[in-house]
Amino acid sequence: MSRISRRDFVKLIGAGGALSAFGLTGCETVPQSASPAPAKAAPRVVVIGGGFGGATCAKYLRLYDAGLDVTLVEQNASYVTCPGSNWVLGGMRTLDDLTQSYSALRDRHGVNVVIDRVVGVDPAKRVVALASGKSLAYDRLVMSPGIDFRWGQIEGYDEAATQIMPHAWKAGPQTVLLHKQLLAMPDGGTFLMAPPPMPFRCPPGPPERASMVAHYLKTHKAKSKILILDAKENFSKQALFMQAWDQLYPGMIEWVPASAGGKIVRADARSRTVFTGNGDTHKADVINIIPAQQAPKLAVDTGLANETGWCPVNQLTFESTRVPNVHVIGDASIAGALPKSGHTANNIGKMTAAAIVSLFRGVPTPTPSHVNTCYSLVGPEYGISIAGVYRLGEDGMLQGVKGAGGLSPADATAQQRSQEAGYAQGWHKSIVADSFG
Amino acid sequence: MNLRHTTAGFLGALALLGAASASAQTISRGEVIASTCYTCHGTHGVSPSTIPSIDYIPAARIVETLKAYKAGTRYSTIMGRHASAYTDEEIVEAANHLASLPKKGK
Repeated sequence: MSRISRRDFVKLIGAGGALSAFGLTGCETVPQSASPAPAKAAPRVVVIGGGFGGATCAKYLRLYDAGLDVTLVEQNASYVTCPGSNWVLGGMRTLDDLTQSYSALRDRHGVNVVIDRVVGVDPAKRVVALASGKSLAYDRLVMSPGIDFRWGQIEGYDEAATQIMPHAWKAGPQTVLLHKQLLAMPDGGTFLMAPPPMPFRCPPGPPERASMVAHYLKTHKAKSKILILDAKENFSKQALFMQAWDQLYPGMIEWVPASAGGKIVRADARSRTVFTGNGDTHKADVINIIPAQQAPKLAVDTGLANETGWCPVNQLTFESTRVPNVHVIGDASIAGALPKSGHTANNIGKMTAAAIVSLFRGVPTPTPSHVNTCYSLVGPEYGISIAGVYRLGEDGMLQGVKGAGGLSPADATAQQRSQEAGYAQGWHKSIVADSFG
Repeated sequence: MNLRHTTAGFLGALALLGAASASAQTISRGEVIASTCYTCHGTHGVSPSTIPSIDYIPAARIVETLKAYKAGTRYSTIMGRHASAYTDEEIVEAANHLASLPKKGK
């Protein structure tokens, strides 16, 4: 960093915590000489994708080392969190409540925020090309691209069909569309939901969505039904959800596993009909198909994905095992036993930031320790959770620590369910602040 | 704001920063584990939500509390499930790191 503009100066002063932390250790080692050290360019990190993974990584890179030149590239000027988007359907949040800006990353943490679309990465030259025609050079690249949908798995369900049968699995306009359809649904109607096969973003998301839809229907359209046609044989927190559904929404939610007719093979958007593998036909008033998923095209085009459609990474540093100097974090990565969640993306962002800082410094990378906490709201006063702590296992992959983590107890009291409902909402506020604030 | 004065302070800080960046600095296990607390308890333990802040708690009390969660002798909704993943040594290291942070209160 040879030239310091006033803008950079303000940014650096803004990163007060990091400066003072370095100051404490620096005092003992800095020679009291006025002659400056030879100018050395600050290591450059470009982070692609401003979701929980990318935003957290950019912020913590700067917290760990305010001497780094960190650029975050994101195509949208604001970000709508997927966590909490089911609560919109339950009438408990608006989309505005979930919308984050990048101003704190820019103004408080000194991250260069570039709103632009990445059109390509040249890993040999270490350059990211942007739609605007600009390019960004990097020493290390962090890609946190989220997910794309694997079209073609259900005949007739393509991008055009999502305008009639929304997936709402990326929060934003699709969430608004699904919410509108729910509000317009007649009392006595059917809301049909089709969760995808594993692995996918937010495993407890589909049953939480069914719960929030049920909460709305119970309050406003009590004669209605919810039909879940599942591409799987079981689902996350299944016993806890089913116990809660019996208690809060008796008889309203029917869940059909893949082997019992849950697997959808064809969809007809025009007539709002789906066809299952065992020959059943289901018409519904609202149809929410969540497609199968994979790493986004940019990751695939950069050579980061393997035959599974996801990106294998070194489990300590999240550096790609296929392309050097490129780290893949969040949903797109293969992170051992870690579920694809906002919480794990936040933790992977931090661990990767610590690893990158250590690699630049030429010191050992710290041994990572990841946490996942997924809260689900079954009703406004009824919350459940699953938790886990993850370490490097003997097979070289991240594994859950045995004897820790797990589910909320099956025999929890109403007060405990209510406490967890409160913490679910507190969690959202906290993780948003830790990632974007 | 006296810009000249602040600039001088800033350049001093930058010199310290440069030196600190250049010297070998490892990130400790305690710091890495503590950073995982921040997702729920706020960056550097200062929570913006109904989940409690943990930045103001003395190290000995953090250790005592986490060990009680781990042993199941203290009520929690979720902390018992988290705390049981860590060795006593790791709990002490994370607590010491948390307690070493500048106190911001809430």
